[in-house]
Amino acid sequence: MEQFTQEFFNLDVMTKVAPFLLQGLLQTLLLCSFLIPIGLVSGILVMLLTTSPYRLLRWPAIVAVDFFRAFPPLVLLVFVYAGLPFIGLRVPALVAVAVAFLINSASYYGEIYRAGMVSVPKGQREAARSTGLSATQTLLYVTLPQAIRNVLPDLLSNTVELVKLTTLASVISVPELLHSANLARSLTYNSSPLILAAIIYLLLLLPVVRLIARLEHRL
Amino acid sequence: MSSAAAAPESFSPMSRYLLEARGVRKRFGSTEVLKGVDLLVEPGKLVFLIGPSGSGKSTLLRCCNRLEEPDGGSIIMDNVDLLSPRTDINAARRQIGMVFQSFNLYPHLTVQKNITLALRKVAGMSTADANARAAEMLALVGLPDKAAAYPTQLSGGQQQRIGIARSLALNPKIILMDEPTSALDPELVGSVLAVVKDLRDRGITMVIASHEMNFAREAADQVVFLDGGLVIEQGSAEDIFLRPQEERTKRFLAQIRH
Repeated sequence: MEQFTQEFFNLDVMTKVAPFLLQGLLQTLLLCSFLIPIGLVSGILVMLLTTSPYRLLRWPAIVAVDFFRAFPPLVLLVFVYAGLPFIGLRVPALVAVAVAFLINSASYYGEIYRAGMVSVPKGQREAARSTGLSATQTLLYVTLPQAIRNVLPDLLSNTVELVKLTTLASVISVPELLHSANLARSLTYNSSPLILAAIIYLLLLLPVVRLIARLEHRL
Repeated sequence: MSSAAAAPESFSPMSRYLLEARGVRKRFGSTEVLKGVDLLVEPGKLVFLIGPSGSGKSTLLRCCNRLEEPDGGSIIMDNVDLLSPRTDINAARRQIGMVFQSFNLYPHLTVQKNITLALRKVAGMSTADANARAAEMLALVGLPDKAAAYPTQLSGGQQQRIGIARSLALNPKIILMDEPTSALDPELVGSVLAVVKDLRDRGITMVIASHEMNFAREAADQVVFLDGGLVIEQGSAEDIFLRPQEERTKRFLAQIRH
């Protein structure tokens, strides 16, 4: 038991690496600050494509969404980062992360929005159009707000997943929280930094998870 | 009405009809719901569409503001050809109010915002003007204190009166009502019909698809009986209810009296 505590819950190690991990946390928060908005907005665009009345827009979008929901995001990220130079595009790691996450999370968010749109009765659109609102105004003021409200817990759940998924950026050496923790682990020959990282993720995400549970209860 | 029905399918710029639908056809898959229907509405009149369910009443109404695209025929609203590709349908719809069987109020918005949304976004009113207009409409439908309420906090009858206020706020030339009382508990029907009666007395043109025969008898200027996607018979309320000529009309009226 003593050895176990030394390996995983070593307070000395944790204290020593804490400032380093906080830098990683900042990097994680930076990633989230653009990956979440990108996902939320691109998901709406993907939903508009997959629910489009035009087959030529709808079918390619549905195929792409299915493909990228089944495709491992880690492979996607490495592919974007290491593959783009072959077509003459050297991009910074953060840009590669943004592109890979755009493709991945747009598909997931898109499907959630689509479920939300399906849950809005068609009479809502008809009422709006009958008062002269355009298709775009109907979407912005009537159907989309209701769709988002109906799937808010799912949108938040997916956002929690996305935050955890930012750890993937560590494989292309973006110094985010897990990357820092793993580095600290190899430097200290001790696993406590990983546990500290986990604790930080828990503190970050538990309130959100609790909020989701409450929202689901309310609905 | 028979002379008008025989008129050629042209429209003079000075039509005496506010709504002039001729030969309207609509097919859903293999079912032909409207088989060439004429509907002529003079300004200021209250027209009742009656007929068994599936007779095409709702579809006809929905064609009149192009919530459904007719497959054929012509629909002229206030001398505007609604089916012309050059017609701005959003602008045209401002002139055509629609009231729905299931109210279709926006559940995420307050009563006030339900009424003012189109006023602000389509008619371009300021929020203050739109709110004033909403208050006026709420007073008119007898719900002056409900501006801040959400639709789910209201009874069905109240919701439908808000639905009427919402369409009326845009000051439309005509209001189409698709079974406005069918989803209501019997004791709430009267409050909605009272509002309809009030609008009629104010000279607002309305076309109502409804099963409220007693109300039709006392308030309608014109009754149109549809069956199987065709107009079987039409005339004054007295003509249709007291002296129906067609066998199908008589059978329908006999059925619903039970």
